Amino acid sequence: MLAAIKRPGWTRGALGALAFAAFGFGLVISLRAISGLPLYQTEQTGYPHVIVPLILAPLGFLAGFGCFDYWLRWAAGAPTIPDDHSQHGAKTWKDYFRFNTDHKVIGIQYICTTFFFFFVGGLMAMLIRAELAQPGTQIVDAATYNSLFSTHAVLMIFVFVIPVFAGIANYVLPLMIGAPDMAFPRLNALSFWMLPLAGILFIGSFLAPGGAFDAGWTGYAPLSTGAPLGQSFFNLGVQFAGASSILTALNFLVTIITMRAPGMTFWRMPLLVWANLSTSLLVVAATPFIAGAQFMVLLDRLLHTNFFQFAAGGDVVSYQHIFWFYSHPAVYIMMLPGFGIVSEVISTHARKPIFGYRLMALALLGIVVLSYSVWAHHMFVSGMFSWLRVPMMLTTLLIAVPTGIKIFSWLGTLYFGKIHTYSTSMLFALAFIVTFTIGGISGVMLGMVPIDIHVTDTYFIVAHIHFVLFGGSVFTIFAGIYHWFPKMTGRMYDEKLGRVHFWGTLIGTWGTFVPMHWIGMDGMPRRVADYASQFGNWNLLISCFAFMLGAVQLIFLYNMIVSWRFGPRAPANPWRANSIEWQVSSPPPIFNFDEIPRVVGGPYEFGVPGARHAIMAGEGAEVPATEPSVVGSP
Amino acid sequence: MYGRLPIVKMLAAIVALTAAISAVMLSINWDGQEASTAASKIDDLLNVMIVISSFVFSLVVVALFYALWKFKAKPGDESDGEPIHGNTRLEIAWTLIPTIIVLFGGGYSWKVLDEIEKPAKNPLTVDVFSQQYAWSFGYPGKGNVWSQGELHVPVNRQIQFKMHAQDVIHSFWVPEWRIKKDNVPGITTTAIVTPDKVGTYQLVCTELCGFGHATMRAKVVVEPPGQFQKWVAGLKEKVPQPLAESVVQDTETNPAPLSAGGA
Ligand code: HEM
Ligand SMILES: [Cu+2]
Ligand SMILES: [Cu+2]
Repeated sequence: MLAAIKRPGWTRGALGALAFAAFGFGLVISLRAISGLPLYQTEQTGYPHVIVPLILAPLGFLAGFGCFDYWLRWAAGAPTIPDDHSQHGAKTWKDYFRFNTDHKVIGIQYICTTFFFFFVGGLMAMLIRAELAQPGTQIVDAATYNSLFSTHAVLMIFVFVIPVFAGIANYVLPLMIGAPDMAFPRLNALSFWMLPLAGILFIGSFLAPGGAFDAGWTGYAPLSTGAPLGQSFFNLGVQFAGASSILTALNFLVTIITMRAPGMTFWRMPLLVWANLSTSLLVVAATPFIAGAQFMVLLDRLLHTNFFQFAAGGDVVSYQHIFWFYSHPAVYIMMLPGFGIVSEVISTHARKPIFGYRLMALALLGIVVLSYSVWAHHMFVSGMFSWLRVPMMLTTLLIAVPTGIKIFSWLGTLYFGKIHTYSTSMLFALAFIVTFTIGGISGVMLGMVPIDIHVTDTYFIVAHIHFVLFGGSVFTIFAGIYHWFPKMTGRMYDEKLGRVHFWGTLIGTWGTFVPMHWIGMDGMPRRVADYASQFGNWNLLISCFAFMLGAVQLIFLYNMIVSWRFGPRAPANPWRANSIEWQVSSPPPIFNFDEIPRVVGGPYEFGVPGARHAIMAGEGAEVPATEPSVVGSP
Repeated sequence: MYGRLPIVKMLAAIVALTAAISAVMLSINWDGQEASTAASKIDDLLNVMIVISSFVFSLVVVALFYALWKFKAKPGDESDGEPIHGNTRLEIAWTLIPTIIVLFGGGYSWKVLDEIEKPAKNPLTVDVFSQQYAWSFGYPGKGNVWSQGELHVPVNRQIQFKMHAQDVIHSFWVPEWRIKKDNVPGITTTAIVTPDKVGTYQLVCTELCGFGHATMRAKVVVEPPGQFQKWVAGLKEKVPQPLAESVVQDTETNPAPLSAGGA
């Protein structure tokens, strides 16, 4: 028992959480007692005796779990063992439940955790659609409904789409650039362990008096500043999810900039690496804004700071400016890594170099820059300074250009290739091109102020976000999971089940989200538990497709679990890809490479006679005498 | 190299598909009834966008399916495609042409926006008061009388709605007018509408405002001026004091510091 308390791990983590929570509770109560205040403040926005423990308990858990052990020992001048690799690699499944500094273990931890939240969020979507299948109130009341769609969206965005990309890149990116690990492995592990804490806070808010947060994932003030306690769980959860993304992004930036294998110049990086470089640039600069916005709401609720309290001179619209200054870039945080995945998958399965590789990379950077200048397109009817609308409209429309470049270049990559569609990853990548085009088109329409005035805050928006998030991000996530499944698990998945999952998802996505455009334009507002009966038939149809879409995800789950356990062994390079991660065994050895590879050419030199991307250890003899020249434009 | 592609046939397919999709899409009245001068302008813009979008969509679909049909690997073919890395002229084209298209769309939208928001000489001002979960309306030009849950306006006269939220943000939307504007506590926001069809419509709240959001609606009646005058004359109550106090300066077009506006 005593040993379990001393050793980092779950017992010490639980004790740490308890101890910190108790300390926080005691602190609040004693401070209030000293100040002669009533001990418990249970106005709905108050509850300091709950909030302070909620801030401290996760930190206590992280400390107890061992996230800070090495640093604390170092800071205290105690002996540390720099090359102690006891926290590295996974030998049994139990190692995935430890503080582990191996990027491959962390990648899998991320992916499994985020998919857990995907299924919880998906279950909420099913409840939402069950309620909406008919007009009137059937299974949940209006207040619960508001909590449901709010948590649904928050789980999907903050603990599924954003971090699952970080998970995939965690696994793949160091291998791709020929690095033995991420630049800061302990920071990497800490980033991961903050994520489940955020998810627990979001889901745990259902236990709060007054129910889970219900002001939408956007949490607009003053609805949020006056909402019941659950809102504070959201404010805090975002801090942990946000800190996790920022730290991971810093880690990616340093890893990409400093740890590329010799010979891997920027122009030889696979596009997945470019995509994560761009995403990380967005995350480090934008995420602090949502953290700030949520802190301000929390302070307004708890300490009456009046940032957004109009009665005390606060400014309501400024919340939206701060929020969207993060949340518009966030939509690209949720899309750029997917662009990277699709580039890898399409080039490999079309056996062709990426068409216009440099323009593809530059388009990513163009999106990064432009996406900081468009946030107020979410606010065209918000009552902001009206002069801002036209410039924001023009920048928004311009951002379609780099996005279009990407679509056309993927199509160009297919021409004169040898397209293989046997793998589910390629099917998802190809379907993504068409589905995402629809989301892009509706996005351009929404960018036009007069159209937006009519359709904003209607089901048209719900259709748009799902075409870009489900048809866009989630399709690329599936493409990536199927593509790297053999590398991560050392097993092959079942392509037949994969195809069923693919077709079910494709039909389900279109069937669910296409009609939402129509009912939105025709007058159905979003975020409503009840609606005019004229929309009843459409909603019933939408719900049927949604249930189908939900059900086929179980096939995916089954395929992944069973194939991971019993699938046929995967060869090192089942897709005959060029990039470095495919040149090592599946799964890769513990430190990735016995000897760092040497990069001698671009990543997509399919069909170029004698071209190589990288030369692995022990291959020295085969190095071509002269590097193959890159074939120019025809 | 691309001369090997049946460009003419592909273009023909794209044009045919664009025409087919546009024909279907334009034959449906997506936005429902038009009942304001802004509505037809916005719908025209939408229709132009539908044609352009159909073209973009057709282009992507034809390009994708042609490639899948023509360049699909034969079973067992392990060879690679042709090592084409790009084509500078094509890349410049698909950067420039979309830029021109979206800038055209931007200019057109700007023009529509200007037109639908142009103030008329003799507008009628109506105060909109929103609170969880009810709408009420004041007529400052008519002795500041007050109507709860029912908005009447005369047809063919520009109305300037001045919106004043009392608690949280609400949003004023009459789908047939195509006009929407948030009601923001602490500031006054404005929407300009010229209803041009007599009838009864619904005012829908489109900004999440709490558990009663879905049912926060009001009746909208557009009627001939004579009838409207009679209806206003029948209103007895004045705007209640707390609501009247919420009528503050319009910071949307005149972002003066709050102290000057008197929040
Ligand atoms: C089976 C799949 C899904 C279904 C049926 C579904 C359904 C819905 C519905 C009906 C709403 C609107 C609620 C309302 O406004 O009344 C909604 C909102 C939303 N969903 Fe989903 N969803 C699904 C998957 C996803 C995924 C994968 C994501 C993210 C990647 C996502 C992100 C969102 C967001 C951001 C909102 C907006 C919430 C808000 O307005 O605050 N959804 N979903
Ligand atoms: Cu945006
Ligand atoms: Cu509302």
